Amino acid sequence: MNVVVCVKQIPDPADPGALNADHTLKRDGKLILDESDSYGVEMALQLVDKAGDGEVTLVSMAPNGEVSGLRTALAMGAAKAILVSDDALKGAGALDTAKVLAAAIGRVEGADLILAATESSDGYTGTVPEQIAAILDLPSITFAKSVEIADGTVKVQRQTEAGYDECESPLPALVSVTAGVVEPRYPSFKGIMAAKSKPVDTVTVADLGIDSALVGWAGAGQEIVAVDAAPEREAGEVIEDDGEAHLKIVEFLDGLKVL
Amino acid sequence: MALSKVWVHAELTPEGNLAPISLEILAKAREIADTVEVFTGSDGSAVAATAGAHGATKVLATGDLSGKLQGVHVAAALAAAIEAGDAPDLILAGTTYDGRDIAGRLSVKLDKPVLTNNVDIDVTDGIVVTTPIFGGTQLVKTKFAAGAPAIALFRPKSFVAEESGGGAAEVTTIAVPDTGAAGAAKMIDRHVEETTGPKLDEAAVVVAGGRGLGEASKFELIEDLAKSLKGAPGASRAIVDAGWVPYSYQVGQTGKVVKPTVYIAAGISGATQHMVGMKGSKNIIAINKDPEAPIFGVADLGIVGDVHKVLPKLLEALQAR
Repeated sequence: MNVVVCVKQIPDPADPGALNADHTLKRDGKLILDESDSYGVEMALQLVDKAGDGEVTLVSMAPNGEVSGLRTALAMGAAKAILVSDDALKGAGALDTAKVLAAAIGRVEGADLILAATESSDGYTGTVPEQIAAILDLPSITFAKSVEIADGTVKVQRQTEAGYDECESPLPALVSVTAGVVEPRYPSFKGIMAAKSKPVDTVTVADLGIDSALVGWAGAGQEIVAVDAAPEREAGEVIEDDGEAHLKIVEFLDGLKVL
Repeated sequence: MALSKVWVHAELTPEGNLAPISLEILAKAREIADTVEVFTGSDGSAVAATAGAHGATKVLATGDLSGKLQGVHVAAALAAAIEAGDAPDLILAGTTYDGRDIAGRLSVKLDKPVLTNNVDIDVTDGIVVTTPIFGGTQLVKTKFAAGAPAIALFRPKSFVAEESGGGAAEVTTIAVPDTGAAGAAKMIDRHVEETTGPKLDEAAVVVAGGRGLGEASKFELIEDLAKSLKGAPGASRAIVDAGWVPYSYQVGQTGKVVKPTVYIAAGISGATQHMVGMKGSKNIIAINKDPEAPIFGVADLGIVGDVHKVLPKLLEALQAR
């Protein structure tokens, strides 16, 4: 059982985000493993464990040869990683990202299952996993809240507005997982040490056989025309609870005629 | 400059009706295009009247897809119709589970970008969509530059649904071509979770709880308060991820967008993730121990205090009325 996990390395969401002059996200600080991706990594490790053979390979796209986030996932137990890092990818949209990741996945031999988060925590387009499946011409089940493998079939509970759908697909397939599908492990000290020597294959767009004129700003097919501050909501009254604050709430609700 | 034709995804509720998000998008579609048509991964007859009443003249229906997944099959049918010469200027859908799947597959088939999570669209000078970033503090305007059709997905409640008084839309079948290996995933069974009381995204009052409740059992306070206000209980991502309540309770960027008359945030600090989903509420009441909590920045009434003390007293006062 070989599982490929798409992971994104993002600026720490705890820090306030900022844009560069060209409207791309500032990514010059240290990047971390997107927490949303830790669920896919954990799921992959558990599925490989259960199968008793195979390994977990990571694929990622990031500027400046960034590997900090990949090392975290390698420390959790992934065997190796492919990192696509290329200046030509600056300004890449979701479709470009999917093209690049699909090409990187194509370099992994014998992949039975591809996992991804439902969406990244910074861009949150939520379309990349399905786009990768479309490019690779694979079946896909998105928004999984549980994943099991049995007899060459992946069985998934897919999140819906009203509950969930039980779905299944023959392998190879792509599955996107929601947060909470499994509890991600913390890397052990041994894992962190081992991760330092695990292979990370850093490749360019040209290495993947993609024309750099068709990706990034050049191929995005979209143009940012403005970035404006959103109208701010004004803060109202803030009071300290003196034991009677609940009456203030009742009064407020009364004024709105919702009682 | 109005567009000549747009397609809108007719998303269905579990009962088979047109989902609120499709009606919202239809209202905007009518405003920006001369001809509005809907597409659906179903036989279409159940939505023809409602779609027509909201301004659509045609329902492009794939026919019954039960047992198949929407994304790959609907996208294949749309791509085939476009290839046959029936291309719209713009394809609109909600940022929903199936909306994203259809748009993702279609964008690859057409080799066109898709922009998701939009809250507005303007067609005066090209097709420009507005997308909130950084927890809704900034708005990005992006113009499609790859030619027709553009594909854009919208967050729930971006527009207000309104009937146009049109007659039933005409149902036309769009054939689903063979999807090969990509179409091999199947839907075996559908589970609808029982809910009581008003729906989270439709309730006039939402009472939401977060980490500040301390433990899962304390969510009962939220449920009781919601019930006494005839509202719906909601939750922050933190306690959904922790497994205290189901995902269907989640308010925020990755959950539901709510715009109730009153939103009560109890023990929620106000991570940007959460604020995106509730900042549009008409009135916000926040209760939190930390006076520095960002939630107070958007609250009309903020109580710096312990939810374990304030909520029981509030409940008692409401029940005494």
